[in-house]
Amino acid sequence: MAEKVLIVDDDKAFLAILAERMQNRGMEVSTAESAAAALQLLENESFDAVLLDLMMPEMGGIEALQIMRRKQPEVQVIFLTGHPSVSKGVEAMKLGAMDFIPKPVDMNELTEKIKQAKASRMILVEKRTQEKIKKILTDKSW
Amino acid sequence: MTTDAGIIGQAGLQFFGKMSASISHDIKNVLAVINENAGLLEDLCGMAERGKPMDPLRLKRLAGDVKDQIRRGDRIVTVMNRFAHSADEACMDVDLTEMLDLLAALALRFAAARGVQLQVNRPEGSVKVATSPFLLLNLMWLCLDGAMAAAGQGRTVELSAVYAADGVLLRLRRIEGLKDAAEGLLPTDARTALCRALQAQVSIDGDRSEMTVQLPGKRA
Repeated sequence: MAEKVLIVDDDKAFLAILAERMQNRGMEVSTAESAAAALQLLENESFDAVLLDLMMPEMGGIEALQIMRRKQPEVQVIFLTGHPSVSKGVEAMKLGAMDFIPKPVDMNELTEKIKQAKASRMILVEKRTQEKIKKILTDKSW
Repeated sequence: MTTDAGIIGQAGLQFFGKMSASISHDIKNVLAVINENAGLLEDLCGMAERGKPMDPLRLKRLAGDVKDQIRRGDRIVTVMNRFAHSADEACMDVDLTEMLDLLAALALRFAAARGVQLQVNRPEGSVKVATSPFLLLNLMWLCLDGAMAAAGQGRTVELSAVYAADGVLLRLRRIEGLKDAAEGLLPTDARTALCRALQAQVSIDGDRSEMTVQLPGKRA
């Protein structure tokens, strides 16, 4: 099954070409030009990986990550940034980002990370489902 | 005790570092798009080798996109070059509207992050003054940074330069939240030291939503 990916970046040119390249690799890609638009999409959809720009107008990537994690705890966020710094990277990872990749991006590396993200997400979703079933089984008196 | 020279040196380095980091971020973004265009070209070649015909129109568009990025990169590097050369001379004739254009270009990323628009208003003729371009840019950045913080999301801050009775005035206007802005909008030490070095005076008028920097000088 194709990986479902959301790319969030205020740079329209980057967004369009990265989406096209990922679609050429068989991925199902959605795009958002702002963190607010991405959060809107996440209201109704889930993705195997969210590729998130660190610095965006109005709401930056770190703030967006925190909100995304509250909405969908199993969301796998990979930061893409032209402004890599150790402190931002550490902050992002502490807040639950899956990875932190500097721009320009190596497509093979990114594709690999997206596959890892999908696998990690599936494990988390499965674990949550098992926990829900366990809770139902223990809560109900059969 | 820290001297004015020490404070100005430190403030100047911080300013230079902040702008250089922002410019390098912009350049990285341009390189990232060019990198993806090159990658897409490789993808298309790979697909052609596997028998999918290459669409000449897609290639033309790709070439156009690369040219757009080169133009974007050139604009960024031109701003960077003008900024770097602002430290060449301790005192020279400065066209203040050109300087405000440079300041607005340097501040664009920071303004966007705050959701603030910047608008440089042009007088009919040029407004010039003999001063230190780098120190004045630094002082104006401190003022603009404070103005953007006070203005808040969705606002437009106007920048302009005019001749005054005994010098020139640089104005930052329509700073809507200035009246309610907290004390300490501008770093006091750096502002004071830069004002002394430039013989400048910064005034903050909350009622008029305006910040002004007055500099002495004769009309050119």
